[in-house]
Amino acid sequence: MAELVYTKQGRLLFTEEMKQEYTLLMPQMLPVHFVMLKHIFELHGYKIDMLTTNHRGIVDEGLKYVHNDTCYPALLVIGQLIDAVKSGKYDPHKLGLLITQTGGGCRASNYIHLLRKALHRAGYDYIPVVSVNLSGLEKNPGFSLNFKKIRQMAYSMIYGDLIVLMANQCRPYEIIEGETDRRIEKWVKRLTDEFKGKGSFKSAHIRENFNLIVDDFASIPLNRVPKVRVGIVGEIYIKYAPLGNNNLEEFLRSEDCEPVVPGLTDFIIFKCDNRVEDHKLYGGKLATYVGAGFLERYIKRLQADMIAAVRRYPEFRAPCTFDHLKKLAGEYLGYGNKMGEGWLLTGEMLELIDSGINNIVCTQPFGCLPNHVVGKGMIRKIKDNLPQANIVTIDYDPGATQINQENRIKLMLANAKMAERGLRHNLKRSTDAPQSKDVVSADN
Amino acid sequence: MRIGIDIGSTTVKVVLLNDQDEVIFRTYERHMSKVREKTAEMLEQLNSKLSGSKVQVAVTGSAGLGVAKAADLEFVQEVFATAGAVERFYPFTDVVVELGGEDAKIIFFTGGLEERMNGSCAGGTGAFIDQMATLLNVTPEELNILSERYEKLYSIASRCGVFAKTDIQPLLNQGARKEDIAASIFQAVVNQTISGLAQGREIKGNVLFLGGPLFFFSGLRKRFMETLKLNSEQAVFPDNADVFVAVGAAVYSGNTEPMEFDDVLRKIQSASTQKNTTNTLPPLFKSKEEYQAFTSRHNAYCPPMIDADAYHGDAYLGIDAGSTTTKLVLITPDGGMLYTYYASNGGNPVAVVLEQLKEIYSRFGDRIIIKGSAATGYGEDLIKNAFNIDFGLVETVAHYDAAAHFNPQVDFIIDIGGQDMKCFKIRNGAIDSILLNEACSSGCGSFIETFAKALDYSIADFAKIGLFAEKPVDLGSRCTVFMNSSVKQAQKEGAGVDDISAGLSISIVKNAIYKVIRASSPSELGQHIVVQGGTFLNDAVLRSFELELGAEVIRPTIAGIMGAYGAALAARSLQLEKSSILSMDELEAFKHNTKSSQCGLCGNNCHLTINTFGVGRRYISGNRCERPLGKGKNTGLPNLIKWKYDYLRSLEGGENHRGRIGLPMALNLFENLPFWYTFFTKLGFEIVLSPESSRSLYSCGQHTIPSDTVCYPAKLIHGHIEKLLEMDVDAIFYPCLPYNFDEGKGDNHYNCPVVAYYPELLDANVSGLKKVRYLNPYFGMHRPRDFAKKAAAYFNEIFGIPAAETKAASKAAYNAYNAYNAYLRMLHEKGERMIEEARENGNQIIVLAGRPYHADPEINHGIDSLISSFGLVVVSEDAVAYRQPRRPVNVLNQWTYHSRLYSAADYVTTQPDMQLVQLVSFGCGIDAITTDEVRTILEEGNKLYTQLKIDEINNLGAVRIRIRSLLAAIEARGEVK
Repeated sequence: MAELVYTKQGRLLFTEEMKQEYTLLMPQMLPVHFVMLKHIFELHGYKIDMLTTNHRGIVDEGLKYVHNDTCYPALLVIGQLIDAVKSGKYDPHKLGLLITQTGGGCRASNYIHLLRKALHRAGYDYIPVVSVNLSGLEKNPGFSLNFKKIRQMAYSMIYGDLIVLMANQCRPYEIIEGETDRRIEKWVKRLTDEFKGKGSFKSAHIRENFNLIVDDFASIPLNRVPKVRVGIVGEIYIKYAPLGNNNLEEFLRSEDCEPVVPGLTDFIIFKCDNRVEDHKLYGGKLATYVGAGFLERYIKRLQADMIAAVRRYPEFRAPCTFDHLKKLAGEYLGYGNKMGEGWLLTGEMLELIDSGINNIVCTQPFGCLPNHVVGKGMIRKIKDNLPQANIVTIDYDPGATQINQENRIKLMLANAKMAERGLRHNLKRSTDAPQSKDVVSADN
Repeated sequence: MRIGIDIGSTTVKVVLLNDQDEVIFRTYERHMSKVREKTAEMLEQLNSKLSGSKVQVAVTGSAGLGVAKAADLEFVQEVFATAGAVERFYPFTDVVVELGGEDAKIIFFTGGLEERMNGSCAGGTGAFIDQMATLLNVTPEELNILSERYEKLYSIASRCGVFAKTDIQPLLNQGARKEDIAASIFQAVVNQTISGLAQGREIKGNVLFLGGPLFFFSGLRKRFMETLKLNSEQAVFPDNADVFVAVGAAVYSGNTEPMEFDDVLRKIQSASTQKNTTNTLPPLFKSKEEYQAFTSRHNAYCPPMIDADAYHGDAYLGIDAGSTTTKLVLITPDGGMLYTYYASNGGNPVAVVLEQLKEIYSRFGDRIIIKGSAATGYGEDLIKNAFNIDFGLVETVAHYDAAAHFNPQVDFIIDIGGQDMKCFKIRNGAIDSILLNEACSSGCGSFIETFAKALDYSIADFAKIGLFAEKPVDLGSRCTVFMNSSVKQAQKEGAGVDDISAGLSISIVKNAIYKVIRASSPSELGQHIVVQGGTFLNDAVLRSFELELGAEVIRPTIAGIMGAYGAALAARSLQLEKSSILSMDELEAFKHNTKSSQCGLCGNNCHLTINTFGVGRRYISGNRCERPLGKGKNTGLPNLIKWKYDYLRSLEGGENHRGRIGLPMALNLFENLPFWYTFFTKLGFEIVLSPESSRSLYSCGQHTIPSDTVCYPAKLIHGHIEKLLEMDVDAIFYPCLPYNFDEGKGDNHYNCPVVAYYPELLDANVSGLKKVRYLNPYFGMHRPRDFAKKAAAYFNEIFGIPAAETKAASKAAYNAYNAYNAYLRMLHEKGERMIEEARENGNQIIVLAGRPYHADPEINHGIDSLISSFGLVVVSEDAVAYRQPRRPVNVLNQWTYHSRLYSAADYVTTQPDMQLVQLVSFGCGIDAITTDEVRTILEEGNKLYTQLKIDEINNLGAVRIRIRSLLAAIEARGEVK
């Protein structure tokens, strides 16, 4: 049994010894990306389990141990972890919990503290919580992120984005059911295995990988029947995690749509860019400015390679560059708007519409503070400027029922389908000069 | 022939359309949650007409999807269906407003088709009106008739039934006219439609009003027309408004394949027998025996048995004028029950008590002498004044007294009443911590009652059928509105009424435990738990509670009247010779009149209700302070909140060399006002502040609010901006400030996302801002030198201030910094003097902790004055926070305003004569984190924690209870000399 060691402030540490004996539990946010993360941690000798549980008990545990008005992702993530601790599947005395910790003015930066409070209330004070962050917060002797690990993680996020981007465009049309998922599995394994060897960070190699991934997915036999494409944007957890959004992507596919989910790469660049912009707005340490700027440019180059790989196949939608997103968002918000998803969320909506995807589900936890401004707050202006925009905002919380959410999405889809059928032309009318039948109703 | 079927949350509508688009058959009936059976039944009515012929069918409505799937019929989304029918029948429509049972929608046709449906918050719907009618004890139709004779409108919160109830209840208890309340309820629906649904788009042009409530209630139609300023040509109320969506479905069905009517009927009939419910819970009782053991265990806790008809001697009267019910108890000196009464107060507690007192006199005559009387509950003051009751006590104390009578060791009491829930811990014989359901009454009795009524059951029967339900539905635990949709979902999936009843009982309990008490294990509550309140008389609720806790509790047989019983016990301890309560003769002559007026003695302009009871006795309610009571004096106690507000409001004017700059007095401009005032006046601008906040200021900006769940302080800004636009300013300045000043009390110094970025939201949503220069730059005020540079550059660019003068801006910025610090110094000194003064006079001190903008009287609803009226000195958190060094907390401490809360709480624990009361705006996500932490700090320092949740509602009744309970607890703890 590993000894429990505490810091001077009384924080329970994750020790070297624990690394040998303990299993680390991590929540899932992006189904593909996080599998890669898990593999990376395993490569570095951690025993790790990613939670994919999805049942009502998770919400109940969350409600028990987290303040009910706290944002829903916190409630879910913590509920899911505690549910797993209690499940009997693990020895609670040989468990550690992994959770990400961000800074930033959004209350989401409080997850780790809320998790500790919850563990305390549930009687699991002896379970160490390990912070995963890039800001050097909360160090643990048994867990560290060195430059190599960070690079591996960053690459797997970008690989993940590319895989998901391609998969989302294949899955709804695949002729052989399950073909897309099989290729995802193959690539996830192959790419993370590569990290074992040398040379996996060489940019020529990465470019080659990008091409191979795209080639492979592009070779899936597809039946391209026209489907309504629906963009998903929102608070990061709810946007991606099936647990958070009640399997939104699956629901959309069952409604005969193709979900379009902007990736994580932009978010990573966004976080670097924030530091650069903060410096421009308020001044501050030049080193942060230079460092963040360097990182930003580096990831942007990777993104450019990724885009180039996709563009080789015109039938596939390639993401736009971060700079393009930023330019679009700049018409709506200042670049100092960085809490939560900040201007990026508005930018993603604009980019979707810009590239012809007018139908958007904007997801957020009930009462999400940043989204009051960057989500719900911008929709009116977007619609004023881009009348073709068809956006629905969906709130998620422990009490919201799927039927209400689906009903609202269906309305958006009904609009979308009507627009696709070209039945809504010439919508602009005025009361003083009424024209009789300029809007064709759905009958006949 | 085309058939449209619209299955809503509460009703089913079926129409038959012929080829000329004429409605030749229509029905509209409540389905009482038997969705499929009802639909089948209604289609059967068409059998004689259509059997053997081909028809086209489409189903729509919120509960229609399940039926459509089960019966394999075409489903059309309801808004889509509506739009189709509008195009067909009313092509000149600009806007459709459709209110249904639980849904509300607006469809804009002009300028880009756009539909808005109510989201998770479903206030302002038919169910809301039903609920309010129940509260007034009238049918919805009677409510409508009442509304025709209104004289004035009260402001009633509209977002959700819960808040509306808390607004209406005090009005009722204070004797406001039902006619006025009825019309105000409709007005609330209108307001909700405008703010919650239209969200920034104005409703104008030709408006088509649809749906049951608008079809049936002329009063509602009138309120809409007046509020939206529509003439009778613009406002269209079609004949088929109640079944219009079904007509839309019928129109849509023209796209579908014709089918044999007999097939359709058969499909629906067979669908109606399917039953499957996804999330279910174990039954409450496995057997009748288990139930019997349960009831006999609880029935053992009862007061001494008395032969009331034979009794001669002394008696004590307790009256509990609760929110929805009135309870009376007459006891003997040993606590035996002579007479009890428990009934809904029908909105008029005075009449109920009058009648009951007469009944008591006539039944007991000379056999008893009433030696003492006491009143408690919401209507305490009113009843006490009306009938000359000897004593009034706060309801929490009454409940504790009664519980201790049954178990002196009681350490936890939970009382669930009609719409309020109270839980309190007892430590050392005093109330230790009080939990009230501040923002949510989903865990309360009236909630079940409303459901029972909606499903056509009496509350008693409804509870009973749940006891042995085999598969109670898991309805989760959140607000009533969400619960409505959970029930809808369960109905859709075919759950029976018994399963729903049991499920509702379980959710009530879950709400109580996890939402109000927020306990994670029963041992956290206490060892000796007494449950009371009418809701616990419901065995299903009691059982759910014990099952959820995994422990046995005590429910006295008189659980429903414990407050009154406690009051009677308190009357007994007065040890009077005789009660001053009105005699039979006086009761005969009793008169009760109410009149409303507005107090003009200060800026709060309270709506007063003046009750007169004949012979010169009167009682005034609705007041925030003592002044209108004719006592002629304000308590005159120091109140730092008021000082702060008055001081900040004085910062306007200045000479106009460069123009007039408008500043909305809200969020981040509140505390920073001294800074910007100096900055701009030094630059030669005249400062124009937006007017003082008020309800009417709020409503004039309401239509531009895009997110209905944002906090009230944020919503108010929309009004401030609209007003500023009328004030002839050259520019409106409202900066984006992600960072606040660094006061060294936290790990960072952010503003919350709403305070930080709201200026950008205004830019995108308030169209009037396009007509003025709206300046919302990002600034970092936390870095003075950088600020000076950036500001100089910015104002140079904006106003073309020449380079030489740019230096002035920079200098002004430094001056402004000094001004800001000067303001804080002034505030600190002022606070210090107030605290000294309080101590000299032996007054307790309340630190009213919130945000700087909580000093706005429209945001705090005059809570500071109210507290002051209890003889307490009020200071703000920023007046004490600076005295305490930074303390480690268990959360990420990174917001400047919020860091002050922790320090203030920490400081209070070191001061014996200080208490902290935290003001929390509903919807403040960050306070979900701070409240727990502030509570922990206070409790670790052996202090009481009191939290007041505030919103646009103006309900000082609940605040009063908390403050009085706090005072009672302080007293019991012996902290008051």
